[in-house]
Amino acid sequence: MLLLGTLVMVLSACADNLPRSTLNPVGENAQTIDDLFRLTLWIAAVFFVGVNFAVLYVAIRYRARKGDEREPKQVHGNDALEITWTVIPALILAVIAVPTVRTIFELADEPENALQVEVIGHQWWWEYRYPDLGVVTANEMWIPTNQPVFLSMTTDDQDVIHSFWIPNLNGKRDVVPGRVNTLSLSAPEPGVYLGQCAEYCGLSHARMRMSVTAVTPAEFDAWVAEQRAPAEVDLDGDGWGLFLDKGCSACHAIGGTDALGGGLNPGPDLTHVASRSTFAGGSYELNTENLRAWLRNPSALKPMEPDVNIGMPNLGLSEDEIDTLVAFLEELK
Amino acid sequence: MATLTPEATEVQEPDEHGSRGGLWSWITTVDHKRIGLMYGGTAMFFFLLGGIEALFIRLQLAVPDGTVLTSDQYNQLFTMHGTTMVFLVIMPLAAAFGNYLIPIMIGARDVAFPRMNAMSFWVFLFGGIFLSSSFFLGGFPDGGWFGYAPLSTQSEVIRMDFWALGLLILGIASLAGAVNFTTTIFTMRAPGMTMFKMPVFVWMQLVVAFLLLFSLPVITVALFEVFFDRNFGTLFYDPAAGGDPILYQHLFWLFGHPEVYILILPSMGIVSEVLPVFSRKPLFGYQFVVFAGAAIALLGFGVWAHHMFTSGLGPVAESAFSLTTMFIAVPTGIKIFNWLGTTWGGKISLKTPMLFALGFIAMFTIGGLSGVTHSVVPADTQQTDSYYVVAHFHYVLFGGAMFGIFAGVYYWWPKISGRYLSEALGKWHFWLMLLGFNLTFAPQHWLGLWGMARRTAVYPPDIGLETLNMVSTIGAFLIAVSMLPFLYAMLTNHRKGEPAPADAWDGRTLEWSVSSPPPHHNFHEVPTVEAIDDFWHRKYGEDEEGRAVRIATIPEPERFTDAYIHLPSPSYYPIMLAAGLVLAAYGFLFGPIGIPLLIVGALVLFGGIFGWAQEDPDHPMGDHDDHHGGHDDHEAETGPVEDEAGAAEGETAGDPEAAEVVEGEDA
Repeated sequence: MLLLGTLVMVLSACADNLPRSTLNPVGENAQTIDDLFRLTLWIAAVFFVGVNFAVLYVAIRYRARKGDEREPKQVHGNDALEITWTVIPALILAVIAVPTVRTIFELADEPENALQVEVIGHQWWWEYRYPDLGVVTANEMWIPTNQPVFLSMTTDDQDVIHSFWIPNLNGKRDVVPGRVNTLSLSAPEPGVYLGQCAEYCGLSHARMRMSVTAVTPAEFDAWVAEQRAPAEVDLDGDGWGLFLDKGCSACHAIGGTDALGGGLNPGPDLTHVASRSTFAGGSYELNTENLRAWLRNPSALKPMEPDVNIGMPNLGLSEDEIDTLVAFLEELK
Repeated sequence: MATLTPEATEVQEPDEHGSRGGLWSWITTVDHKRIGLMYGGTAMFFFLLGGIEALFIRLQLAVPDGTVLTSDQYNQLFTMHGTTMVFLVIMPLAAAFGNYLIPIMIGARDVAFPRMNAMSFWVFLFGGIFLSSSFFLGGFPDGGWFGYAPLSTQSEVIRMDFWALGLLILGIASLAGAVNFTTTIFTMRAPGMTMFKMPVFVWMQLVVAFLLLFSLPVITVALFEVFFDRNFGTLFYDPAAGGDPILYQHLFWLFGHPEVYILILPSMGIVSEVLPVFSRKPLFGYQFVVFAGAAIALLGFGVWAHHMFTSGLGPVAESAFSLTTMFIAVPTGIKIFNWLGTTWGGKISLKTPMLFALGFIAMFTIGGLSGVTHSVVPADTQQTDSYYVVAHFHYVLFGGAMFGIFAGVYYWWPKISGRYLSEALGKWHFWLMLLGFNLTFAPQHWLGLWGMARRTAVYPPDIGLETLNMVSTIGAFLIAVSMLPFLYAMLTNHRKGEPAPADAWDGRTLEWSVSSPPPHHNFHEVPTVEAIDDFWHRKYGEDEEGRAVRIATIPEPERFTDAYIHLPSPSYYPIMLAAGLVLAAYGFLFGPIGIPLLIVGALVLFGGIFGWAQEDPDHPMGDHDDHHGGHDDHEAETGPVEDEAGAAEGETAGDPEAAEVVEGEDA
């Protein structure tokens, strides 16, 4: 008990600045949820302490002592007590129920003037489309700090259920094939908020991560302008030639070129891939070394099932080809 | 069928375990006690297996980016850990206690359908082997114990076929068991034992049997649909063809939530037996505890969608299920308060069963309270599918269900073997397990709130999850260590255990009135029951203050080794039927090359059914010459006991003096 109590205090104190913590809410939605959780937690704490101390008290106070031959009074029950401990918890639950229901409806509303983002879950990465801005990107969502964001989320019919979860910003919401689920976010503070797919979605569920990067409105506009621009590709270069030869364009699109991507086994849009800081479901830093390792054998970094059209196949590239392709990708800023 | 005619001419051999003809007698047994023991032994084996799976999981998660397991292996292990612990450990352990105890506690000589009882066990055993053997035949199932479509219908390897078919097979065992228990409890109680004079443990088993009867058909539908989608090209859960994955979630949890109560209510029953005995007081508020159990079961069918608060049900449905979920905390609280009321003012003996029972109250309360935080939908959207939920249900199912089961094992073992389990080793077991359990699962609350998603084979460094994951892993190994004194005590019990009298703990219920171990026929004379805790009231009265006073000493019961009691005869058809069923399932899974096996299995299965149907219940093996029509005799002798719900009133709640005492002590 003492151990638990100390643990509770120590752990709650050091939770403030963790990057993926629900106890470190940013923005209105996460804050509302946190307030409600803490209210419930305090009420629960009273019962926790009460019941556990009662157990300890009983075990010590009423323990049979040597030499005490007296038998206890045979108490069979007490109707008044029964009614008391039925009604009081019910009333306390009503106290929790009212703000709960109110918050459920509040959180379901679509905020006004929201930035619209379409979220598409894939095994095992995230695709984001900004329909009003003409931007397509993967795993790292950028949002402005001054505007709420409204997510419309779904996945391909042949895909499975995922769940979008950025603990700092809001609770999670499942991404279900054949349905569109919605979630609203807002981040008044600039920052990078980390997330993790929260519905088990098969082999590399653990490596289906994501982030939301909140930036000032000016920075956001600059980012949008950069992402909208077509890729600068040297169509006579070795890199582009190899990209076509190896069939990369069947799955990966590069804006402004013939690489349209899509297909049965869609991969992330690569138009500005080098502008991202992570890749492979947001689980590896995007740098030369990691990109080489990826092209050498993608499933060594993130296990996939390309033979059933899930994820990137091993293309069997030579070291020279890997160098050429990595250099090509790193130009896609 | 047990008959009560004392003039029946059947001669039973001595019933010391193992003395009735070796292995064959166990294979063909229809004795509820032996079947209960086999259930328990098998489930304990699977408990160790599921525990080893858990240790691998914790090894992998001890450090970030763990490399002990591949993602594939990890996914298989967490799927099988959950499936094993739910379907092959806690459910059959509850069945083990029910089998061994229900007939003795209600004054009957066996269950209503002894051969079907044997069939339940063999189907469970072979079904468990079937499910686990997938390890050698392409890998454990890897779609999660909940098998959400379309992930469970997507992969083409047969792993999830093993899962769906295995659970369907196990469902047969549970369903037959539920029919058996309900019939037994309704029709075979001793004269005078009205429903409201039954031990609470029996009540909880009855409630669980009803939960099984109504919830298993739902998961059966869901599993068949998954199996058909996978094997016969149906499109129940294919969104491209208009199928709906959310339908699967509704079906699964419409079973899955009642399932939670199927797992916990038997332990609540056990604790309700243990606490009064070791407090030397009757259960506080008997009717309230019974009704609260029934209320939990009823409400348990109205809360399933709280497992789906992030599926996009819409605010109206989310609010409705939030309220029902909060409401179910009320009867749960009633039970906890009544258990505390039972111990309050008692004379507490902290023997191992009592330690586990008190541990149950403390740990289950934590799980119940974190459950209330899940009912707050917005908070649940942060908690669900995180380690906070993992912590929550381990507090309910390990700190709750398993602690209750261990309380029951230590409590009833002297009845089963005639020897106590070692108190010293039991205390080591309890304290190490309590410490290990809390070290493992308390930190997981924070891990979840700090953003650690469940079912992830790796987690990144630098987001603050390292320390507590290491603590949790250390705790898991401490739990493993805590099992050693228990296993040692179990294995050496027949040599080192202190001999126990029939009434090992100064007990309250009928099982303590028969010898330890009980004779094959349980009761030489069927008892007549007059009160709740009838056996206690044969020993104790109350003085003017309401204190218990010894009024009689019950002599140690004679060991009847040559009783003239007719009992149901052994039969090998149940095991034959079960074997055929599982052989056919294997054959089915392996396509064209499996067809011969499928045919053989089907023949054995139908042979078993046919032989069973032809078998005369009185002399199936042709070596008995008893001509009593067992079933009819039984009906004639006992008949269904009339319910007198009101009769118990004066026994429990109606004592005004007692009421005052409690209030006084409270203040």
